[in-house]
Parts: sequence; structure tokens; C-alpha cells
Amino acid sequence: MSDAVAALEARRLYAAYHQQPVLEDITLRLPQGQWTAIIGPNGAGKSSLLNLVIGSLAPLRGELRVLGERPAAQRKAGNIAYMAQQEKMEWDFPISVRETVLTGRYGLIRQDPLWQRLLPRYWANPSHRRAVEAALEAVDMAEHAERPIGELSGGQKKRVLLARALAQQAKILLLDEPLAGVDPPSEALILTTLERERSKGRSVIMVTHDMPSARRHADNVLLINRTLVGMGPPDEMLSDAMLARLAVGAPENGRGGVSVAA
Amino acid sequence: MPLEPLATGIIDALIALLMMAVNLLPESLAAPFEYRFMQRALLTSVLVGAICGLLSCYVVLKRWSLLGDAISHAVLPGVAIAYLLGWPFFIGAFATGALTSLGIGALERHTRIKADAAMGLMFTAAFALGIVIISKIATSTHLMHILFGNVLGVQTSALILTLAASLVALLAIWLAYRPLLLYTFDPQQAQALGFHTGLIHYGLILLLTLTIVASLETVGIILVVAMLITPGATAHLLTDRFPSMLAISVGVGVSSAVTGLVLSVSLDVASGGTIVLVASGLFFVALLAAPRHGLVARHWRRWRMNRA
Repeated sequence: MSDAVAALEARRLYAAYHQQPVLEDITLRLPQGQWTAIIGPNGAGKSSLLNLVIGSLAPLRGELRVLGERPAAQRKAGNIAYMAQQEKMEWDFPISVRETVLTGRYGLIRQDPLWQRLLPRYWANPSHRRAVEAALEAVDMAEHAERPIGELSGGQKKRVLLARALAQQAKILLLDEPLAGVDPPSEALILTTLERERSKGRSVIMVTHDMPSARRHADNVLLINRTLVGMGPPDEMLSDAMLARLAVGAPENGRGGVSVAA
Repeated sequence: MPLEPLATGIIDALIALLMMAVNLLPESLAAPFEYRFMQRALLTSVLVGAICGLLSCYVVLKRWSLLGDAISHAVLPGVAIAYLLGWPFFIGAFATGALTSLGIGALERHTRIKADAAMGLMFTAAFALGIVIISKIATSTHLMHILFGNVLGVQTSALILTLAASLVALLAIWLAYRPLLLYTFDPQQAQALGFHTGLIHYGLILLLTLTIVASLETVGIILVVAMLITPGATAHLLTDRFPSMLAISVGVGVSSAVTGLVLSVSLDVASGGTIVLVASGLFFVALLAAPRHGLVARHWRRWRMNRA
């Protein structure tokens, strides 16, 4: 185990939704700068793990550290970018693609001096505009920047959500099913974009059902079925034997506390 | 109170401004506004139309229509108790409005009662309590004024309150524009970016209660919810940008309040009801004729697609 600060570290973490346990005894350590795929059956607590990091779910017990600190502190500092599932969004909302991507900067705008924040739009501080335009370019949505989000196709919606996360230029990217229901060109674009983010030293953590992309791109795979079933490099974790174990939900060694060496 | 001369000064200045606009109208329409009570009613209507218009965007987009209805009804016992104790309406209304919204949240979170039932239950109970107290202490005219508004009888004290509420709402929406927008659009993202979502949530409820209390005299408890839904819903049909939605919604709120006031005076009918009817009329016009989301535009698009 390296001494460097981990992107994400959990120790004996438990969580529940409406008194229903969703995560039990999760102990893990994700080094910075790696791409992690979280895999598991529906309702296995994959999204809940992300929700614990972004604070929309509070842990029942155990400890969760992001970059060595309490998640709340790292959220405030703007180090955690989150890409929501498409179905969770209000696509009817009267907002353009560019403004949606700009909301990814809202946490950082908070750190601007007051007089700048009170100015309309983001012309006050050019760094926000540059980040937004770069993110739109990265996902090939610049030409749609002024369209209302409700008009977009499924793949375009995903790309806007990704652009919003990118615009934050955060150290940690959390993505909830970034590849679900996208057309092949969008999928390729999303995967190359995430490759680029990792090469900049950012940590990519994605919940996915897409085994081929996890096999090809991820450095680590977390198998979760309420407990941590396994953690390791993709070719080990995505073997038939491990996937069969994942379906039953039995941890690898009775306690599911393996950590990945950085 | 040292603030009172200042407030009346502001009110006089605003009325003078409005009268400049009124004097541009044809003689027959402008005539009633010679009277001081009409001038006060006009200013109240403009202010109420504007803040209701602002808040209604959040109410509509956040699906808080029923919550708005609940808070407006829950305000009644507060008004009654404040009347009993000789306090300003505002304090009592605010207390029971806020208590009810907290109660709804608690019921929803800690029992198996669903949100809509929790709201229906809490606000009817509060409303019933208000009716019972008022029936004991006040005349039925008084009750009618609270329930249905009495814009022609607005006192200076009530006008000051409405003015103060409008300024607070305007300032809050300006200062917290981004947090409010993000929380309305995507609360989970607001959470992930480290915004204090609980604070924003209750802040918005506070603003809503403030708006309702400020609108009491104009449209009354029963109809205020219309002013918190209709302008925002109309604006949502007309635009795909949030700032323009705010502007259009304020426009719909103000113009229906003013038109409703003028119509109700010349037709000699209830002003609260007339104001709401004008707003509803504007909504149905938008529903039919909105350029992209209107029924006509939709059918036209479908018809063209089928033909192609």
C-alpha cells in the first residue's frame, strides 16, 4: 500500500436507505490517478457508494475519506465532480446546454470575490468561461451550446452531463452509469474523454454495467453486491468465476477487505 | 419607529412613478386612480404580482404547487392568533406556515405517510384550526377578507409589509441566484458541489411563506396559490431560459394583478378572483399560442411531420 493520499478510502462502511441496508462492511482504498469501474447487479449499492461521497446519503457507520479528508470538506473545495444518471435529471428545465455545463462551475464561482459573483453570467471571471467552452469542445457539443437541454438526443444528454463534470476540473470524477443507453459514437467519445482525464492525473470512478469497456479501460474493478465481493485488476475481477460469485454476493475472503496496491 | 417615514416616503415615490404610467392611459381607465385607496391598491398589486411571479418559477419547476397551497392555508391560524394577541399578522402567519412545512417534512420522513397525504393532512388541520379561532374572535367580513383578499382596503401598514417582503424576496433571489437555480434544477449536483442544500431548501420555503403573507391582502389565502403557479407555468410554456422565465413570469404576475384590479373596479366584482381569472386567461392563451410548447405549434409540427 502506498503512503500517498488515496482518492477514496473507506473503512468498515455501512449505509442504509429507509432502514434497508444497501452497503455493508465496505473497506477499500482507491489510489489517485486511476480509473476504477464499480460493477454489480441492480440494487447492489453501486450508486449508493457514489451517493455517500457526494453527500446525498449519510453513512450509518464506518469511515469515508476523500483525498484524506472528510468528503464534505472536499466537496466544498470543489474536488469532487459528479455525473448523474440521465433519468435523475429534469430535462424539461428551461436551461441551455452552456448554462447546464456552467452549473459545474458553481462551486468554484463561490470562491470568487463577491462583486464578481453578483455580475450576471460568468463574463466576470474568464476562467469559468474557458473551462465551460473547453468542456463543450471535449464532448463535441460546442455547436449545440445554445440549445435547450430538453431537445437533445440520449447520447447528447450524456455528453452534456459529462461536460458539466469536466468543466469543474476536479481531482475526482464520479460517474453514475456514463455509458448506459448511449449510441456507439457517443460511447467512444465518452471513453476517450475519460482516458484524457486520467492522463491528466485525475481519478475516474464509474459505476457501469458495461463489462467490455471496464475490461479495456479500467485500472481497477470493484465488485459490489451489498458487500465488497472483490477488488483488483479487470482481468482477474471480470473472470467467470468472480462474476458468478458477484451474482451470489459472497465476498472473496469472508470479509471483503482487500486493497489494491498502488 | 424611525423606519416608518422612510417606508412611507418610498411608497409615495413608487406611487408617483406608477401614476406617471397611469396618466398615459385613456381618461376613462385612469379616472379611478385619482383616489388614494386606488393608488395604494395599484402599488400593492404590482408588488404582489412581481414577487408571486418570481417565486412561482421556483414553485412550478420544483413541483411545489401543493406545498404552496399547503403553506397558504396553514397561514390562517397564525393570522388568527396574531390578531388575538394584537401582534402583526406577519409574525403569526410566518410561524404557523413554517411549522406546517416542517411538520409535513417530518411526517413524510418518519412515517409511511406519503408526501401528498402528509401535505393534505397538515394544511387542512391548520386551516380548520384557523377557521375555528376566527369564528370565535372576528366577524365573518374579516374572515372573508383574509380568505379572499381586500385589495381596495389595503392599509399603509400592510403596504409597508408588502414592500418589505418584496425587497427581501428580490434581494434573496439576486444574492442566492446560483444556489437557488442549481437546487431547483438538480439538488444532487448542489449537494455534490458542497452547497448547503438544507439551508437552501428551508430558505426557499421561507421566501414562499413571506410571499404568501405579503399577498394575503390582495388575493387572499385561497387564491394566492394561483398566483404562485399560473405566472410560472405560463412562462414555462413561453421560454427555454431561466432568466427569461423569471422575467416573463413577473410580467404575467404584474399585468394580471393590474388588469384584474382595473377590471374588478369597473365591473364592480371581487378583485382577488378577477386577478386570478386574468392570470388564468393569459395561461390559456400561452397554452394555445406559445411558439414552441403551445398546442397549436405542437399540432402544426406533428401535422407537417406526418405529411412529410
